[in-house]
Amino acid sequence: MFKIAKYVMYDILRSKVLIAYSLFLLLVSFSLFSMEENSSKSLISLMSVVMIIVPLVSIIFSTTYFYNAYQFIELLVAQPISRSSILLGEFLGVSVSLLTALLIGVGIPVLIYAPDSTGLVLMISGFALTLSFISLAFFSSVAMRDKAKGIGMSLMLWFYFSVIYDGLVLGILFSFNEYPLEKAVIALASFNPIDLGRIIILMKMDISALMGLTGAVYKQFFGSSFGIIYSLSIMLMWIIFPLLIALRIFRKKNL
Amino acid sequence: MKSLALSCFLLLVSCFFSEAKTIIVCSECKVTQLTTALDLAADFDTILVKKGIYTSVNTEIKKQVVIIGENYPVIDGQEKDEVLVVKADNVILSGLWIKNSKRGSMKDYAGIRVVDSRNVKIINCKLENTFFGIYLANSKNCLISGNHSKGANYGNSDTGNGVQLWKCDSIKIENNHMEGHRDGIYFEFAHFCLIEKNLCEKNFRYGLHFMFSDSDVYRKNTFQNNGTGVAVMYTKNVEMYDNIFRNNWGDAAYGLLLKDISNSIIERNTFTNNTVGVTMEGSNSITFSKNNFASNGYALKVMANCIRDTFMYNNFTANTFDAATNGELRENSFKYNYWDKYEGYDLNRDKIGDIPFRPVSLYSMIIEQMPYAVMLLRSFTVEILNRAEKSIPGIVPETFQDYAPMMKPHSL
Repeated sequence: MFKIAKYVMYDILRSKVLIAYSLFLLLVSFSLFSMEENSSKSLISLMSVVMIIVPLVSIIFSTTYFYNAYQFIELLVAQPISRSSILLGEFLGVSVSLLTALLIGVGIPVLIYAPDSTGLVLMISGFALTLSFISLAFFSSVAMRDKAKGIGMSLMLWFYFSVIYDGLVLGILFSFNEYPLEKAVIALASFNPIDLGRIIILMKMDISALMGLTGAVYKQFFGSSFGIIYSLSIMLMWIIFPLLIALRIFRKKNL
Repeated sequence: MKSLALSCFLLLVSCFFSEAKTIIVCSECKVTQLTTALDLAADFDTILVKKGIYTSVNTEIKKQVVIIGENYPVIDGQEKDEVLVVKADNVILSGLWIKNSKRGSMKDYAGIRVVDSRNVKIINCKLENTFFGIYLANSKNCLISGNHSKGANYGNSDTGNGVQLWKCDSIKIENNHMEGHRDGIYFEFAHFCLIEKNLCEKNFRYGLHFMFSDSDVYRKNTFQNNGTGVAVMYTKNVEMYDNIFRNNWGDAAYGLLLKDISNSIIERNTFTNNTVGVTMEGSNSITFSKNNFASNGYALKVMANCIRDTFMYNNFTANTFDAATNGELRENSFKYNYWDKYEGYDLNRDKIGDIPFRPVSLYSMIIEQMPYAVMLLRSFTVEILNRAEKSIPGIVPETFQDYAPMMKPHSL
């Protein structure tokens, strides 16, 4: 498994896409931090970028990588290696490389300009988002045999989580505006890793006061130790579940 | 003629003999208590209190005396009643350290209470652990200057106000520092007062709070880190210049709340780091000009019942939301303000943008109607919605716009 991960990492490093990705993140983060003297303001802007770019790149990159490495995977399947360790090895390789890119691209500027707990939370949710979207990418690429379909599904997933879902939430809130929705809203946030990540960061940024009474409810929930454990475990589930399904399909799949 | 000369002579003689004397109070002196000194004193005498601790439970000052403290003598109320009560005109209190008034819910126990008096001056006193700090009732032409009052830290319900005026006229309040009270400065029915260069911070409720107090002027004061900021109500002809309202951050906090205020001028003030910079309800004919609104959650919340207000030459920078409202605004005008979110152009280079700016975003309207939608704060979808609304406005109020937004910030 680790050996496969190592080969995957070498392979990804050769392709230079990852280097471009980390350089892009680095450039964006440095320019955001140097544009604004107040580091918490730039953290908010950086958060917006991270919430859009990181999931998109993670899911598309992983999907294309998986399809490009299809022949290598076929070769590996012919060897006496269990299929789960092949897939997990691939996952590990892609994850480590993308996480490294994020660490270089966002981690270093944050460490320089905003080395506080908010920066840490931003990094943690960035990592979690990367992992969960790689996991979703593996799910879609294992589920679809055709490369175009697989990439299309990945794109759809990204679009769903970053745009459509919030629209749906808005619709739900509109229709049930008269009801007490505190708990429902927390549940709604849990069904989207991007929303969850964003809310955790905003809570940390003391912006919750802006949110009035509802913000206070969020703060009470997400600020408590139970809330932190809850959101972390939900994030973890968003990483594990798609991967588990992918593993299940991959094990029985006729390659 | 003769009798007049005689009376003049008598008057002169009497003046000669009744020259104002100075009574010194200290632990080794003849007079060891402030109360004894007050019994001995006549009008226009000076009482010099040396450093030491003096008990003073509800001491009434009924003569026109000057009381000067040397090196801050402690006047201790022992938490039994009020500490000093002034009931005479022309009294001057200076350099005293007033401590420990009683607390209570039936009566407003104060460190220094001034009742029905004129020309009283309270200068450079320190107040500590008093329920109310300085309380002026039905008084005129007084000066409160350079005092420092630190409220007893028992929480909101059990703390009084730093300076309270009730039914007063022409009072000058300057260079005071109020902290840890319920309200830093509180007025009811106080007219023609000047409030200048005070610092009100860390009060449990408001830094400044007044009602029915017309024609007062507020200059160069700083109100910061108060529980809910500054709230002023039911008043007309208020003038506020060069004040700073900052760091009032919390669920229900704002820099300045204007409720039923009319005909007022608010100029050159700074509003930074407040949840809401200025909230306005039922406030008419107010001119906001040359103010700085920076880094607030909302810079302005203008309710639809505000009319004929003018906002000119203000700077709005780095606020999460520039403005919010709950309906169509009538007869309010926004002109020549600088908004950092403005994205228009200036073809004729007159430094004024060619297309109007709408400070209310669609999302702030949505939040106003459904507070639960804050869950989507800074979401990509919300950005898209805001953009769409900006290019083809439909939902945000038609009238809430700046017809002549500036391209560059004013240097204020």
